[in-house]
Amino acid sequence: MAKENTPKRTWSKPPLIKNPTIRWIVVIAILAYAIMAFLTIQSSIDPARISKGWPRTVRLLTNFVQPDFFTRIKDIRIGVLESITMTVVSTFVGVILAIPFSLGAARNIAPRPVYLFSRTIIILSRTFPEIVVALLFVVMVGFGPLAGAITLMLATIGFIAKLMAEDIEDIDESQVEAIKATGASWPQMVVYSILPQVLPRFIGLTAYRLDINFRQSAILGIVGAGGIGAVLKTSMSRYDFDTTGAILAIIIAIVLVLEIISGYIRQQVQ
Amino acid sequence: MAQTNNMLEIKNLEKRYKTGDLALSNVTISVPKGEVIALIGPSGAGKSTLIRCVNRLIDPTAGQIILNGEDITKLGGRSLRKARRKMGMIFQEYALVERLSVMENVLSGRLGYVGFWASLMRRYPQSDIDEAFRLLSRVGIDHFADKRADALSGGQRQRVGIARALIQGPDIMLVDEPTASLDPKTARQIMRLIIELAKENNVAAIINIHDVALAKMFVSRIIGLQLGEIVFDGTPDELDEDMLTTIYGEEDWEETIQKVEDEDEEES
Amino acid sequence: MPIQEINGTRIWQKRSNQERIVSAILWLITLSIIAWCWSIISAQTEWSFVKDAPKQGADLINRMFPPKWSYLDGKLLKAVWDTMTIATLGTVLGLLLATPVAFFAARNTTPHPVFRYIALFIIVATRSIHSLVWALLLVFALGPGVFAGVIAIGVRSIGFIAKLLYEAIEEINPKQSEAITATGASAAQVLTYGVIPQIMPTFAGLSVFRWDINIRESTVIGLVGAGGIGQALIDSINAFKWSQASIIFIIIFILVLISEWVSAKARNAII
Repeated sequence: MAKENTPKRTWSKPPLIKNPTIRWIVVIAILAYAIMAFLTIQSSIDPARISKGWPRTVRLLTNFVQPDFFTRIKDIRIGVLESITMTVVSTFVGVILAIPFSLGAARNIAPRPVYLFSRTIIILSRTFPEIVVALLFVVMVGFGPLAGAITLMLATIGFIAKLMAEDIEDIDESQVEAIKATGASWPQMVVYSILPQVLPRFIGLTAYRLDINFRQSAILGIVGAGGIGAVLKTSMSRYDFDTTGAILAIIIAIVLVLEIISGYIRQQVQ
Repeated sequence: MAQTNNMLEIKNLEKRYKTGDLALSNVTISVPKGEVIALIGPSGAGKSTLIRCVNRLIDPTAGQIILNGEDITKLGGRSLRKARRKMGMIFQEYALVERLSVMENVLSGRLGYVGFWASLMRRYPQSDIDEAFRLLSRVGIDHFADKRADALSGGQRQRVGIARALIQGPDIMLVDEPTASLDPKTARQIMRLIIELAKENNVAAIINIHDVALAKMFVSRIIGLQLGEIVFDGTPDELDEDMLTTIYGEEDWEETIQKVEDEDEEES
Repeated sequence: MPIQEINGTRIWQKRSNQERIVSAILWLITLSIIAWCWSIISAQTEWSFVKDAPKQGADLINRMFPPKWSYLDGKLLKAVWDTMTIATLGTVLGLLLATPVAFFAARNTTPHPVFRYIALFIIVATRSIHSLVWALLLVFALGPGVFAGVIAIGVRSIGFIAKLLYEAIEEINPKQSEAITATGASAAQVLTYGVIPQIMPTFAGLSVFRWDINIRESTVIGLVGAGGIGQALIDSINAFKWSQASIIFIIIFILVLISEWVSAKARNAII
């Protein structure tokens, strides 16, 4: 290389944002936000409270490693049973009710007014966190697993309908055309050309939602909507952390089992 | 409208899409019972739109389509579905329901005749099942009845598509580029099968096809479509180089015409 | 076999008799499980309350409307700011904690199988336990407020981020890191030149996606005292001030919609 003849060329990694003005604005904005966020946290940190909390934390952790499954076995059993029953019923009913909304929210097969209606329902059902919805149903139908089951059912409708509608919008239209051309009615068209195309995903999503519903059912009890969450919260407020540890272990175990089952189902239908 | 002996009459058909594009204008075609017609023309000429207008998968904007004396442009709901039963359709990419078995695909041709629950539970009358088996063996894929449609090759799938169209007991078959996705040999077999079956069952057919050579080989009447209008309607012999230039634009057609004649000699 | 031949006619059925019996039995079992589950729920329900539900619901809506707009003051906006801070800092914390866990959990980057199992356990434990439970625990340990919320959201995010990240790490193209190793680079250099560039898009997409989820979760962890708008919600509800609660519902709705919109835009930009 003729090193002497060429001017010295430096190299550094090109910046992510090319425009320097924008780059500096972004950097300053991030720094400003970081400072503000830090101040927000700092104001909520109470060193006295944290040092007081230290022995509690130690006690919490020591209790966790020796969970007590037996002292509250009756409560735990009822709580787990409620959680499971809420999960099963809400998933089943929710999935069935989601079918019409899935069809209604698919732009390629639903008329415009039906589409808008279905999308509105889906947005409403998906936006509010389950626990907030559960609060309202507890007020309406009283404490207990019914409020939780209704909450999870509504959430299931939005979840399944949104994802299924996307799948229906992606189907092969020529199969629909072919079935229509035979003189099939609308429900026959759905059963013969849409259903076979979307069934595997439908089953997969149902299994996935079962899994999600169980996780949610484990906390809805915190606001009184049934399930193991109520027992969990009680055990914590009584400082029975060995029981808390046992309940958490049970939740983790059930979630793992459900994950394995739903993974297996999803693999089977592919 | 006086009753004619034409099975299908297409009169002054016009289709204008919402975008304003005129896909078909003033298309008039008479199809006597049992006649097989090839519809040729460059892509975008409106061939596909035309046959989809006939069974109303696309709604024409003006004109009439008279099937057995009944104007089907006026129909809707149940009566439209009843009219569709009399028109079997065969598609370019086969349009089989991939995840259903061959038998279910063939039987889906009877959907217009059976009720919803019967079709949901797959309970078809034995006469339909007999007919399905007869057609499957006629098109040569008898032993695939329980295979899933997506397990078949292109030629086999199109045979299923043909059986599905014929089990409807149609008066006319609407055939959309039946050979476009097939290799030349299979294409010729499929084309021959469609023509033979049309003759056997005395079913008319309108076949969209871009392969002029194939059209001239099998069909006695050819209609040329260009920019949505009919520019040719006659026998294969009348379709000469000038005419092809009118339809498709300037090109050396000697080859195409020559090849057809050669092949004809080979065949005979 | 669905095709049978009886007296010369061929009969076709979608399923053989045996398959039909099996499927009928499976349906029967499924339906009885559901009926049994329902009977348990039903037994735990006070049906006289449920009969009253439509009236209660109407009453609730009556109390919510019109929303009390004066409630939307500086104090409430501070709670909204807290909620967003919890989500954002929680996501950052989650990313910081999850990254080493992901590298320990991935088969091709783990220093030792023991580390891998520990990492997998952390992933399962943090994923299975909802942020509300983490918040309950941390409020107990650290006292109520934003700080507990940030940590709860951060810890809860570990499993989600680490799981998807380690799957991405396991799927990287080994040739690229091999090529870097071949230049004589150290393990840390292989990581920065051969591995990280490959997982960067996943990492960026994941952080935005998790931030979106965390906005949703941080609106509710206040219910158990971990700061943000959830605190205001539970206070309003406990005081039966439903016209305040409806303002908070509107805020949650808008926050969630915005975060979903931002995350969809950002992910499109990354891909």
